[in-house]
Amino acid sequence: MRDYIQFILDGETVTERHLDPTMTVLQYLRERRMKTGTKEGCAEGDCGACTVVLGELVDGKVRWRSVNTCILFIGALDGKALRTVEYLGTPDAPHDIQKLVADKHGSQCGFCTPGIVMSLVALQADDMPYTRDNIDEALAGNLCRCTGYGPIIDAAMAMDVKAEIPNNTAQLTSLQHDELVELNANIYGTKKRFFIPKTLAQLANLLSENPKATLLVGGTDIGLWVTKQHKTLDTIIYLGNVTALNTTVETNDEIIIGAGVKYTDAIAKLGVFYPDMDTVMRRIGGAQIRNLGTLGGNIANGSPIGDMPPLLIAAGASLVLQNGKAERVIPLEDYFIDYGKQDLRPGEFIRSIIVPKIGPGQHYCAYKISKRPQSDISALCMAMSFDLASGEICTNVRIAYGGMAATPKRATNAEATLENQTWSEQNVRKAMAALANDFTPIDDMRASKSYRMQVAQNLILKTWLEAGS
Amino acid sequence: MSVHKSVQHDSALKQACGVARYLDDIPEPKALLHMYIAMSSHAHANIKSMDLTAVENARGVKCVLTAKDIPGHNDISPFGGDDPLFAENLVEYAGQPIFAVVATTRELATRAAQLANIDYAPLPPIITIRQAREADLTIEPAKTMTKGDAPKAIKSAPHRLGGELVIGGQDHFYLEGMIAMSLPLEDGDVHVYSSTQNPTEIQHLVTHVLGRTQKDVTVEVRRMGGAFGGKETQPAIMAAASALAAVKTGQAVKCRLDRDDDMKMTGKRHDFIYGYECGYDEAGRITGLDVRLESRCGRSKDLSGPINDRAMFHTDNAYELPAAKITSHRYKTHTVSNTAFRGFGGPQGMIGIEKILEDIAFTLGKDPLDVRLLNAYGEGKTNETPYGQKVEDAVIKEILEELAKTSDYRKRRADIRNFNKTSSVLKKGIAITPVKFGISFTKTHLNQAGALIHVYADGSVHLNHGGTEMGQGLFIKVAQVVAEEFKIPLAQIKISATRTDKVPNTSATAASSGTDLNGMAALNAARKIKLRLIKHAAKKWGCAETEIRFEGGHIYGADQSISFADLTLSAYEARIQLSATGFYKTPKIRYDPVTLMGNPFYYFAYGAAVSEVIIDTLTGENKTVRVDILHDCGKSLNPAIDLGQIEGGFIQGMGWLTCEELVYGADGHLKTHAPSTYKIPTIGDRPGLMNIEIWDKGRNREETIYRSKAVGEPPFMLANSVYCALADAVSAASDYKSRAALNTPCTPEEILRAVTSLSHV
Repeated sequence: MRDYIQFILDGETVTERHLDPTMTVLQYLRERRMKTGTKEGCAEGDCGACTVVLGELVDGKVRWRSVNTCILFIGALDGKALRTVEYLGTPDAPHDIQKLVADKHGSQCGFCTPGIVMSLVALQADDMPYTRDNIDEALAGNLCRCTGYGPIIDAAMAMDVKAEIPNNTAQLTSLQHDELVELNANIYGTKKRFFIPKTLAQLANLLSENPKATLLVGGTDIGLWVTKQHKTLDTIIYLGNVTALNTTVETNDEIIIGAGVKYTDAIAKLGVFYPDMDTVMRRIGGAQIRNLGTLGGNIANGSPIGDMPPLLIAAGASLVLQNGKAERVIPLEDYFIDYGKQDLRPGEFIRSIIVPKIGPGQHYCAYKISKRPQSDISALCMAMSFDLASGEICTNVRIAYGGMAATPKRATNAEATLENQTWSEQNVRKAMAALANDFTPIDDMRASKSYRMQVAQNLILKTWLEAGS
Repeated sequence: MSVHKSVQHDSALKQACGVARYLDDIPEPKALLHMYIAMSSHAHANIKSMDLTAVENARGVKCVLTAKDIPGHNDISPFGGDDPLFAENLVEYAGQPIFAVVATTRELATRAAQLANIDYAPLPPIITIRQAREADLTIEPAKTMTKGDAPKAIKSAPHRLGGELVIGGQDHFYLEGMIAMSLPLEDGDVHVYSSTQNPTEIQHLVTHVLGRTQKDVTVEVRRMGGAFGGKETQPAIMAAASALAAVKTGQAVKCRLDRDDDMKMTGKRHDFIYGYECGYDEAGRITGLDVRLESRCGRSKDLSGPINDRAMFHTDNAYELPAAKITSHRYKTHTVSNTAFRGFGGPQGMIGIEKILEDIAFTLGKDPLDVRLLNAYGEGKTNETPYGQKVEDAVIKEILEELAKTSDYRKRRADIRNFNKTSSVLKKGIAITPVKFGISFTKTHLNQAGALIHVYADGSVHLNHGGTEMGQGLFIKVAQVVAEEFKIPLAQIKISATRTDKVPNTSATAASSGTDLNGMAALNAARKIKLRLIKHAAKKWGCAETEIRFEGGHIYGADQSISFADLTLSAYEARIQLSATGFYKTPKIRYDPVTLMGNPFYYFAYGAAVSEVIIDTLTGENKTVRVDILHDCGKSLNPAIDLGQIEGGFIQGMGWLTCEELVYGADGHLKTHAPSTYKIPTIGDRPGLMNIEIWDKGRNREETIYRSKAVGEPPFMLANSVYCALADAVSAASDYKSRAALNTPCTPEEILRAVTSLSHV
């Protein structure tokens, strides 16, 4: 067992032992390392001013991705590498991207600029052409209030084709290990423990010993418990380094996604079968959030407005829950019992999500409705799946909504009006009417209840218009 | 030439490399303390008792400050006398500062503040404009501006229309949140670093709170990470509280607000209800307009007076109103005191007439562009505004016509109508709108500026002025002016932080006036030194002063030449003063603040935009797909910087009118106080096609700095075209048989509501 973490910061191997493990990487950079180039704009992963690139060893190579440091705990860095804007270049010897952003007038007040530069670095390291769509996707999590983004797009389009970030593969490889890490720190009178298991067995053990521990992976929600709610999390089990949770297995008819698989990786796997899921998932958070956040986390926290549950419920997904060595499998929709209440027993954790591949004759549509197209929490999210196997008759109708109830939920009444019925506008309109019996949505800052209901109904019509009408 | 050139922002590369220092990046002083400001949890309540013992005894706490600890005055208002730093017995908005905790870390200060035991006796809150109207609760009396007899003109008009437009507010969402750091000095003096657009005002208010004089307080700001008006008066909270703590503890104190606290505690753009009655003739010419502007000012006066005045001054926008009655009601509510924001009331005053003209065109079956041209200031008009000022350079028709041509507006409008015939769910819309924006502070005495220039013996130049840099490129523009005057490279000039001990009694960098004022003041200073250098060179070479010429870093005369550096060294040795202050005050402006009649503006800035949008009539989702802009910068000092202001202003205006929604609960709590819930435009919202041109015929007929025009605010209002295009698209859902009342912001929900309300869908 180790009582320290090691990571690479701007090329230098760093060992940390007694830090507050829930100190954010942003605080660490700015307050401990005096690297003030990385900025705090919101402390909740929504503005991107704190963006750096995080390197992880994948198949023997360092893979760099943009992340938000404002909600990333320092404890999560074990075995990883970090690059900040300062390391990239200096005004005397700037990196090409830094020079381009300046030359194209892409920096006015400049507070967002380091984050923008780092997101562009990640885009350049990625295997995508610099189309407007790809640029938008890479930078959706970087708010700029001054430029109107045009000059930033110009800079992105003028970037050199693919430049690999200099890799410290050997250095990072040398930091990989199989030991369980337990960080201990006494912070303001609270004993804080941060466990980093590597195996499922270690995890299961830790969890039975510490059933009240907080399970952490991406931290895109839990990070805010600390930065916004000022909660003290005394025992954390970090799942990000448990290899088995970070893998996806594909069988003939299923995709089995580890609970710790990040959105970015899951999109690639799911999008092949469910193009609409791909479209919606690319609108979840910014790239930095999708590079940290996980499907398991989005499900585990039980939020009624997470987008993955309706997307996956409609696809007929189920959940593998593990407790010690025991496993059980439940339909995903059954996991959500009530607001803040899930079917998760003490000592149990979500191990994986089983998603059936789309079948022949199966139609799948999904819509995310929000005030702003990119990086916004849904007012409502709807996904619908049905088979039109025997000509015009709908079967296996599954319609799931987020944002319409206290949990992600299937629209059973609407489903029933369509099941074994002709796929016709008339029946679609019946389903729309039936939806009023499925949900009693609420008013909040994202939408009114009447808007939610009207759009929820219209989305069934939209499905009709767009899928096989 | 250093001017009229696209020179990069002076700090762009430093910013891109992460080495440009914002306030929180300054190396921290020894034993720095951190402050958390505790806020009211009620919108309106009496404080029955406040027990802060547990806060004081909490870990790491150095001291707790309340109103009782203020040695001077508990007021940080710009002029109203109604903004306590810390609430005493009464709280009037949820988020109002009540006390401050100073501790060894920010986290400990934040946690300690939660231990306060405050007993509130809640009072009924007035939150909305309608509630305030009902209760007749105002921050100051209503004002009316009249030209002719509008009610009579409307009554006798062949056509009339009337209604109400609800216009939303807006949070500034500067990326760098509010922050101040105060260092205690000798004699109880204090040096305040503040992220502010208005160092002199901060100096004044800190002084006021400390009960000292202005010589005892110095305020400094090198740059802000965005401001947009939000850092004009609001930073006084953090500055004064940290200064108070620094003096009390003898240690440096930093106060950096968390984003949520920032959005709850500090003011925003005023939301308005725009009520109107309009009379017009068969051709679509407005004959009379009666407007009732009602704004939510929040709990205090702050800058609401001049903001609402400016709204009144812009109800005509670019159109002649033969008869007008403009009434402005300034309501007090138990919400945060609303404040300056790019446009300063102008956008809210201006958008209504654009809606009215669209409605007139719709009713008469005309292209709205024709109705706009018919009403626009220009040839054949008296060109007299409702406040009596003549529009002397009425170029807006020319700009509109040129833009209509270059953007292919009329053909695209026809194409869109064809598209909409066959597209049942998706509908497109298009609109062209002009902007005429008055330049000058409407508080006349603010139209002054100072500068300080040192030329060192080695020929390098230290430049300082009262303007502040918030990303808008003021510093590079003023440096260009100085470089041009001395004919030296920009690199020879050091741009320095704004400090009240270098240039005193400055005005806020606001009202788009930064370059106009400070550029002129710097020119004045540079010219003084230049004249001394000319005299010296002429004497040295025994030639006439008129023969001396500055060019390319050298000075020429009498067949001789010398480098700028050698000349300055020689001047130094000849004991010639190489430092000068400069001063400028805007000429020609005067008006009566009571009747609002006169010439409040030195000149007008113009522009026009065409926006094309698409909406989804099943969900209300919408997108601006193409924008064409033609904007008048006079003779631009720096086209790249100006284009940045135009594009950035437009997108910010588009955000105001589309996705940015401030939601208050019935209890007065702001529910959208972080980027997770308050949505400013992202990169994907930028239209796929944006053609932005600076009008090449632009010249300022007034003697402004190199005949340029102010550009900070005017482009914001080009986004009115987005609103009008959305209204056009909504109308398309009825096959143009009816028009819906569309309010702002045009969120998907608002668009869908409007579509659903159409009588012909």
